[in-house]
Amino acid sequence: MQRITPLLWLLFSAGGTVAALLFPVHLFLTGLAFPLGWIEAPRYEYLHRLLTHPVTRLYLLVLISLPLFHWAHRFRYTLYDGLQLKHLTALIAILCYGAALLGTAMAAYLLWSVT
Amino acid sequence: MNADPHYTLYHPRWYRRRVSVWWWLQNRSYTVFVLREITSVFVAFFALVSLWQLRALAQGPEAYALLLARLGRPIFLVLDAVAFAFVVFHAITWFNLTPKAMVLRFRGKRVPDGVILGLNYAAWLVLSAAVAFVLLRG
Repeated sequence: MQRITPLLWLLFSAGGTVAALLFPVHLFLTGLAFPLGWIEAPRYEYLHRLLTHPVTRLYLLVLISLPLFHWAHRFRYTLYDGLQLKHLTALIAILCYGAALLGTAMAAYLLWSVT
Repeated sequence: MNADPHYTLYHPRWYRRRVSVWWWLQNRSYTVFVLREITSVFVAFFALVSLWQLRALAQGPEAYALLLARLGRPIFLVLDAVAFAFVVFHAITWFNLTPKAMVLRFRGKRVPDGVILGLNYAAWLVLSAAVAFVLLRG
């Protein structure tokens, strides 16, 4: 654990930057503006065509994966400090980073298999 | 040696005050700190929504139409509105921390905090406009 701490911190930091720069606009459009009808949602054919481009796939992998690692790192310490669960250190770390890895694997699989 | 320590007279007991789980509500800066930490939950929430959207797009037009209908349900609208507030809070606190976390030098002089902040917010604006442009073209 000690040896990969710098790597985990780097993923936390990169994910925090990706989430800060890109999540507000995506969340505003996908979660609020499209469903509420403020702006018309993009058509399936258009998004699917975007998805076939390698740059879009790489973008989506970064957009999903790095913020999950950001969550894993930050939420781990929230649990330790906020809920005083210091004695469950190993279990919490495995669950948090494991969930981020699982999400990354699912995104990679979907991006790989989509035609 | 006495094998049973329980009989020691006047053995000191550690004095440890129990700290409430709600310790962070007693002071405004602690509250801001914990709210900032909680933003990570909403970051993860939206990463999962994006994963869900990706799956729908991979499955086909019917799955995408179903996803759009589900995102229009009140429960998702409320969750997304709350998540949006927390994600914006994350972005602002994250940008404001950058000059403290990363000291840049240019020609031997430290780049002023205001310049780094300005670059962050400019990048935020430009990238948001670019994402909106690409998504709204369809």
